[in-house]
Amino acid sequence: MKISREDVLKVAALANLELSHEEVDTYRSHLDDILTYIDKLNEIDTSGVEPLTQVVAASADDSSLREDVIVRADIIAEVLQGAPDPEAPYFRVPRVIEK
Amino acid sequence: MSATAIWTIPEVRSALDARKISARELVKEFYARIERRNAELNIFLALSPERAYAQADKVDAAIAAGDALPALAGVPVAVKDVISTHGIPTTCGSRILQGYRPAYDATAVTRLERAGAIVLGKTNCDEFAMGSSNENSAYGPVRNPVATDYVPGGSSGGSAAAVAANLAVAALGTDTGGSIRQPGSFCGVPALNPSYGRVSRYGLIAYASSLDRIGPFAHTASDVATVLSVIAGRDPRDSTSASVPVPDYVAGIGKSLHGLRIGIPDDYFGEGIDPEVRKKIEAGIALLEKLGCKRVSIRMPNTEYAIAAYYIIATAEASSNLARYDGVRYGPRVPGATLIEMYQKTRGRGFGAEVKRRIVLGTYVLSAGYYDAYYLKGQKVRTLIARDFREAFEKVDAIVTPTSPVPAFRLGERTANPLQMYLADIYTVTGSLAGVPGISVPSGKTASGLPVGLQIYGPAFGEDRVLHMAHAFEQAGGQEL
Repeated sequence: MKISREDVLKVAALANLELSHEEVDTYRSHLDDILTYIDKLNEIDTSGVEPLTQVVAASADDSSLREDVIVRADIIAEVLQGAPDPEAPYFRVPRVIEK
Repeated sequence: MSATAIWTIPEVRSALDARKISARELVKEFYARIERRNAELNIFLALSPERAYAQADKVDAAIAAGDALPALAGVPVAVKDVISTHGIPTTCGSRILQGYRPAYDATAVTRLERAGAIVLGKTNCDEFAMGSSNENSAYGPVRNPVATDYVPGGSSGGSAAAVAANLAVAALGTDTGGSIRQPGSFCGVPALNPSYGRVSRYGLIAYASSLDRIGPFAHTASDVATVLSVIAGRDPRDSTSASVPVPDYVAGIGKSLHGLRIGIPDDYFGEGIDPEVRKKIEAGIALLEKLGCKRVSIRMPNTEYAIAAYYIIATAEASSNLARYDGVRYGPRVPGATLIEMYQKTRGRGFGAEVKRRIVLGTYVLSAGYYDAYYLKGQKVRTLIARDFREAFEKVDAIVTPTSPVPAFRLGERTANPLQMYLADIYTVTGSLAGVPGISVPSGKTASGLPVGLQIYGPAFGEDRVLHMAHAFEQAGGQEL
């Protein structure tokens, strides 16, 4: 067994994800299968191989960065319309600082 | 006009030019079709009639004024629900974005509309584009229009099905590990995953940023080329969009295939491939040879490691990209006593099973102590897979493979075993990792009438070549093999 219930709970906490008791069991078993499968990668020697993080640099010349210019978007009202608890121009959240 | 007739882009243009129909009447016809079929097929999650009719009226006014029409004038299109559309609900097939209306358009959508296309609405997909069957949508699965007890493929199942069911002339999908090509294969329509960097992703809601791409579905390779010509090219709003010049993809088709070398990777025809799929792909390769292509046997020795590398990289990036869904700025919130509890409950209830599984896996492979063993290892293996492609393209002009080892399967048949579902992505994730373009074109049907897709890979930014080959294959009767 590569992964325990405690591992799943620890990872879920890192990801701010509430999981039911049943979900923890299901994901533990699925992740165990997947991680066991992923062990296949240990068959290949990758010493001396550089990691590939981004393919576009290899296939195009484009490293051009544009000027950093401030542009007014003027969409605050529209953005707040979709928020679950807006108080213009803010998003309201449960209290994080004690009085 | 028949109520189910196929409309291609040139057919729309000639009908508009001849004043046989107005753009407004054409849009009305497509909404009538959607009205008739959508309850059964579940393809559209949202419709945008107000915007569509306004755009149609603009096209009709241009026609009345005798103005030159742009490439997609009056062409009704569908857009996958992970692509932002200003004011039109964009949910990514997730409960966590229920009711979200973006405050801006994706560049691909802006470019479509600037070329005269008419956005009919948003298409269903696997939640956040994570899945190969469309069964991971929070809004229920799409049904395959070819055989309604079967899945349409995923994750862009709604976009593929919209074209296959003649509810749109073309559609935009997104592909991270096969999500354009595989549903194209399952629904029997041409479907292109362009090179990484070819199409701007500004406004595409991110799944795995080093892999995500936007690309078109249409009825013909030529129409796919027309849509690509419109959406491709550098966008200052996406730093990963390449400034490689955009050729006229439509002008590039129609040439002979004589002398093109096609690589057939032995490594792609091992165990796991359905015998009927193998037969149709062999027939497809034989057809390409008849058209003058030279078959070359090649090796891509790192293929068997692609799925493992892909699921490490994609889930790691997803766990980071999806951290933004926390009940603060958009979507529903589940209240909690503390901020953290609010995050946890909102995410726990807002995300579906597959998304949570991938967030847990992605967080795990990135967590302290495992990063080198998994994420870094995955990226190194990605280098080897990209090298397989680079070396192959020194010997051949294109690589031909099946799109999927299996045809469409029945709804519910494969949901119990996620790993089994992942393994079927083998022929598409390789090209995703390497960043190269790949098109799926219909290559016959199984005995029970399910479409088979043949995939043509080209070198990076070699879309012109794969489109030209796909067009010749289609014209020679590839679909009827």
